[in-house]
Amino acid sequence: MSATKEFTKGIWAENPVFVIMLGICPTLATTSNITNAFCMGLAVIFTLMACNAVISIVRRIIPGEIRIPCYIVIIASFVTIIDLCMHAFLPLAIYEALGIFIPLIVVNCIILGRAEAFAAKNNVWLSILDGLGMGIGFTLALCMLASVREFIGNGTLLNYQIISVFTSKANNPNAWVEPIGVFSQPAGAFLVIGGYLTLFQYLKIRRVQKEQAHTQKQS
Amino acid sequence: MELSVVFSIVGGMVLINNFVLSRFLGLCPFLGVSKKMDSAFGMGMAVIFVITLSSAATWIMYYYFLRGDLGPVLKTACYILIIAALVQLIEMFMKKTMPALYQALGIYLPLITTNCTILGVAFLNTTDAPMATKATQESFFLAVLQGFSGGVGFALVLLLMAGIRERLETTAIPKPLQGIPIAFFCTGLMAFAFMGFIGLI
Repeated sequence: MSATKEFTKGIWAENPVFVIMLGICPTLATTSNITNAFCMGLAVIFTLMACNAVISIVRRIIPGEIRIPCYIVIIASFVTIIDLCMHAFLPLAIYEALGIFIPLIVVNCIILGRAEAFAAKNNVWLSILDGLGMGIGFTLALCMLASVREFIGNGTLLNYQIISVFTSKANNPNAWVEPIGVFSQPAGAFLVIGGYLTLFQYLKIRRVQKEQAHTQKQS
Repeated sequence: MELSVVFSIVGGMVLINNFVLSRFLGLCPFLGVSKKMDSAFGMGMAVIFVITLSSAATWIMYYYFLRGDLGPVLKTACYILIIAALVQLIEMFMKKTMPALYQALGIYLPLITTNCTILGVAFLNTTDAPMATKATQESFFLAVLQGFSGGVGFALVLLLMAGIRERLETTAIPKPLQGIPIAFFCTGLMAFAFMGFIGLI
């Protein structure tokens, strides 16, 4: 049962973006549309799984004092691999939109955080599951942010026009409402993630209050 | 070298393409250290100091060793190792020769290795990506200038944010907004304000 738990905890209960608040920089930078967010998520899933697996294999060989530099070298190698692969196989437009954020996965706190907190203490199988779960949680959070930003900022989802009257006048002369372009720009990203965090904090407070009311009723 | 290039790099890095507000680099220390004015000032100074030195070191590494075929393969690993070693060296050097400065900045130094502004500027200085200025690939001075002004921009926004958050401590905020959410909203509004600088250059 614990294997399932290690896998699912990253997706919701310990979501790296909304709960642990790690790796905020690429989260905001790559979520101006869903395609970019999903590609970034895939890169992080791969890096997390590979690094967790390798670090978990060599965890008994690395001396404690120099473990951080060792981890960083391992992470940097996998990030280089994913960087070169994405350059080779992805459309150039997406690769350029992700830009320096692919090599910057090296300093993404999620990777080093999971290596230190999980892979250094657990076996290979659990570490890979943990990496996969955390990566999927990260991708999910990215897509949640990106869908709001792409819809409000551009009126589209996955580059597909959803509501025909919600677009700019240039695209459709009969448009009623224009998209709010600032949401696909940096300033909007802060507002959207702020909104999501407010929502989650509100849900958490409400749950705690309900539990308290429940225990009071019982006593 | 023209003066307009210098001006566009400084203005661009400090105000228009500010690390925190428009490039989304260094958000973790930005949210973590902006609760108090003192610590924000210490962190800001430490970042300016390290980013200037590290952009010099990584540029030299790039210009003399990584411009050939090895570049794409070794860049990431080389840069992160240089930065980690440099931060360690600065820490030891400061402890020995400048105890007063070490007292003020010391605790922020280890945190800086994982600050993505430092690695970010190393890539910006040497990348072909459209978001970067190509001039910094050829000129040592411009690369260091880009690092330094990026650090200044980071410190500026960090100090502004610390001022705002010190005020927020004493105001009544609805419970769901307390803490990080309201900090993100403030950053967002600040980013709106900084968008006004776009027409400057």
